[in-house]
Amino acid sequence: MHLPSPCSPLSGTTRRTLLRGMGGAAVLGVGIPLLSACGGSGSSSDPKTVTLGSNQSDAVPKKAYGEIYTAYTKQSGITVDVNTKDHNTFQEQINSYLQGTPDDVFTWFAGYRMQFFAEKGLASPIDDVWEKIGGNFPEAMQKLSKGADGKYYFVPLTTSLWAVFYRKSVFAQYGYKVPATWDELVALCKQMKKDGLVPIAFGDKDAWPAMGTFDQTNFRLNGHDFHVELMAGKASWTDAKVRKVFDLWTEILPYHQEGSMGRTWQDAAQTLVSKKAGMYVFGSFVAQQFTDKAALEDLDFFAFPEIDPAYGQDTVEAPTDGFMLSRAPKNKVGAVQLLQYLGTPAAEGIYVKSDSSLVAASNKADTSSYTPLQKKAFEMISGAKNLTQFMDRDSRPDFTSTVMQPALQNFLRNPKNVDSILSSIERQKKTIFASA
Amino acid sequence: MSNSTTAETNTQGPEAAAVPPPGAAPAKMVSQGHRRLLTRRDRLTLGLMAGLPTILHFALVWVTALASVALAFTTWDGIGFDSIKWVGLENFKQLFNDNPQFWPAVQHNVIWFVVLILIPTPLGLFLAVQLDKKIRFSRVYQTAFFLPVVLSMAVIGFVWQLIYNPDTGLINSLIGANEPGKYIDWIGDPDLNLWAILVAASWRHTGYMMILYLAGLKGVDPSLREASALDGANEWQTFKNVIFPTLRPTNTVVLVVTIIEALRAFDLVFVFNKGAQGTELLSILITNNIIGESSRIGYGSAIAVVLLLISLVVIIPYLIATFRKERRA
Repeated sequence: MHLPSPCSPLSGTTRRTLLRGMGGAAVLGVGIPLLSACGGSGSSSDPKTVTLGSNQSDAVPKKAYGEIYTAYTKQSGITVDVNTKDHNTFQEQINSYLQGTPDDVFTWFAGYRMQFFAEKGLASPIDDVWEKIGGNFPEAMQKLSKGADGKYYFVPLTTSLWAVFYRKSVFAQYGYKVPATWDELVALCKQMKKDGLVPIAFGDKDAWPAMGTFDQTNFRLNGHDFHVELMAGKASWTDAKVRKVFDLWTEILPYHQEGSMGRTWQDAAQTLVSKKAGMYVFGSFVAQQFTDKAALEDLDFFAFPEIDPAYGQDTVEAPTDGFMLSRAPKNKVGAVQLLQYLGTPAAEGIYVKSDSSLVAASNKADTSSYTPLQKKAFEMISGAKNLTQFMDRDSRPDFTSTVMQPALQNFLRNPKNVDSILSSIERQKKTIFASA
Repeated sequence: MSNSTTAETNTQGPEAAAVPPPGAAPAKMVSQGHRRLLTRRDRLTLGLMAGLPTILHFALVWVTALASVALAFTTWDGIGFDSIKWVGLENFKQLFNDNPQFWPAVQHNVIWFVVLILIPTPLGLFLAVQLDKKIRFSRVYQTAFFLPVVLSMAVIGFVWQLIYNPDTGLINSLIGANEPGKYIDWIGDPDLNLWAILVAASWRHTGYMMILYLAGLKGVDPSLREASALDGANEWQTFKNVIFPTLRPTNTVVLVVTIIEALRAFDLVFVFNKGAQGTELLSILITNNIIGESSRIGYGSAIAVVLLLISLVVIIPYLIATFRKERRA
C-alpha cells in the first residue's frame, strides 16, 4: 500500500485551492468596478478631501475644470480628488455608478436627465447650497436646477447655445442678409444654392445633430410649452402641430448638405471652415473646429428665424452642464462647500477664460474676457424667456436614443414617409413612457 | 502486490476500452484500483478543482443567462431590484409589432450569414487549396491573407470607415464622387451601407476561412492524392471526389464559426456607423436598449432571447446531425 506523504499533497491541495480562490476572486473582481465604478474614493472620509467624478475628458474642458478645483483648494484648503472618465463611458455607466459608491460630487446635465436621478433618490437635494448661490443665477437657470419635487439638485456651471452659424466674410461677399423669418431663410437657401454654396452644412452620422433642427423648428412653430409637453411624452407625436414641423423641415431639406448620414458633425463643420457652406444649424461648440484664429473671428451666428410671430424668438436651446451631489456623500460638509464655490461667478469666470466655446451659467460672471462670440451668446441666453436643454436632455434618454434617433434618420432619408414614422414614434413612446 | 496490479490495469486501460471486456472481472479490478488511487485528500482536491469552476461557470454563465431570460418578461430600468415589474409577453409583442428596427435587424443578420457563407468561405477554401500546393512565398501569402484576422474588429471598422468616408474617403476621392450632385454615401445610404460593411467583413472572414481550410488540408493523407492520381483523376476531380469529402470535420467547424460570426456581428458595424438605418443588427439593438442611462433592460433582454433562440434553432439540429454521422462513422 502506498500512502501519500502527509505533507506534500496537503500543501499542494491548499496551494491549488488558494490559486482557485484567487482566480475566482479575480474573476469576480472584474465585475466589481462595474458596480462601484471608481476606486479613488477610499480616502474620502478625510474632512480635507472631497471626491468628484467628472465626465469632462476632452482636453480643453478638462484643463479648465482642473483650474477651478486648484483655485478652490488654494482658497479653502480642501483637496478635490478628481476622477475623470471618458465622456461617453461616464454616461453609459451612470446608472451603476450612482448606485455603487459614487464620488461625493459628480458632473452632469441640467433638465430631465438630472430630474430622473433626483426622482430615483440617487442624488441629494441641495437647497442649502442654493441659499448661498441663488442670487448668482437668472430665473431660467434656477428653474433648470430644480427637480420635479421643487427642490434644488443641480449647480449649473457652463452653457452652450444652439443657433445658426455662418461666416461674416461669406455673407459680406455675396451680400446676404441675416434671415429673420422662415420665408427669408428659405429664400436665402435658394440664393446660396444658386451661388454654388451648400446652403446648410449637415452631418447626422452620430444621429443626434438632427434633434437640434427639430427642437428649434418645433419651439419656433409651436412654442416652448408645447415643446416641453412633447418632450415629456404628454403631447402626441401624431398631432398636426408636429406634422407641420416636419413639413417645414421637408421644405429646407433639399438645401441640406448631401450624404449627411455618413458624415460626422466635425466633418460638416469643416465645410463651414472652408467656406463651402453658407450656414450650419449647430451648438456653439462648433467653434472648437475653428483652429485658425482669423477664421474663428470670422465666425458668427444668428438665432433660428421666427416662424410663428406669437412666439418670436423667445426660446433658446442652451444645454447646461454642472454638478450634482451624490445620494450619500462621505464628506457632505466639504461637498456642500465645494458646490457653493462652484456656483460663484468666480469659479465660472475661471472656466470661460480657458474655453471660449461656452459661456457661464451665472449672469454675474466676469464677462470682460469674453470673445465677441461669447458675448453675443451670453446676451442671447440672458434675454431668453425660456431655455431648453436639447432633445436628449429634455426627454427620456431611452426614448430619444432608441426611438427618436433612428426615426429622425429615417425621416431624413424618406421625408415622404413622415406619417408612418410619426405614428410609429407615437406607439413606441406610449410604451416607453408608460413603463416608468 | 496490489500496486503492481493497479499499474497493470492502468497500462491496459486504453486497450481494454477498445476491446470489449471478456467478463465482469477486469471491470471490478479497475474500480478497485480507482478506490485505492484516490485518497480522501485527492478526492477533496479533485472536488475543488471540478467544483469551483463548476460553481463559477454556473454563477457567471447559467445564472446570468437565465436571469436575462427571466428579465425578458419584465420591465426594469436597472435601478434597485424593487423596480422590476412583470409584464408577461408585452416586450415581445412590442418588439414584433412596434419596433421598426427589429425585422430589418433579423433580416440583416441573415444576409450577413448568407454572404459570409457564399463569398468569403469558398474564396478562403480556394486560397487554401492554392497555398497548399507548396508554391513559392507561401508563407508570405498566408501572412498577408491572415493579417485582417489578427486585427481587432474595431480597428477594421475604423480602417474601412476611412476608405468609405463620403467626403475624404479613398473610394469617393478616387472616383470623384465627393462633390454635390454625385454623392455616394457608402456609410449612410441604407441601400449601400450593409454591402459596404459586408465587404469589410468578408475581407476578414476570407483569411479566417483560409487558415481553417489550410489546417484541414494539411491533415489530408497524401496517399489519397497519389491513389487518385494513379486512377487518372484530374485535379478538379481529385478535389471534388477525394479531398473535399475528407474535409468534412473542417466544414462543420467552418459552418459553426460562420453562423456564430453572423449572429455576433457587432463591433465592426458599431464602429462603422453605430447600426444606423440599413445596418441594424440584433446585437446592436440589444446594446442600444440595455447600455445607457435609463436603460430598458427588460426590453433589451427580450431581443437577446430572440437572438438566443435563433442561435439554438440554427446550431442544435446541425450539431446533432453531425455528431450522429460521426458516431456512425
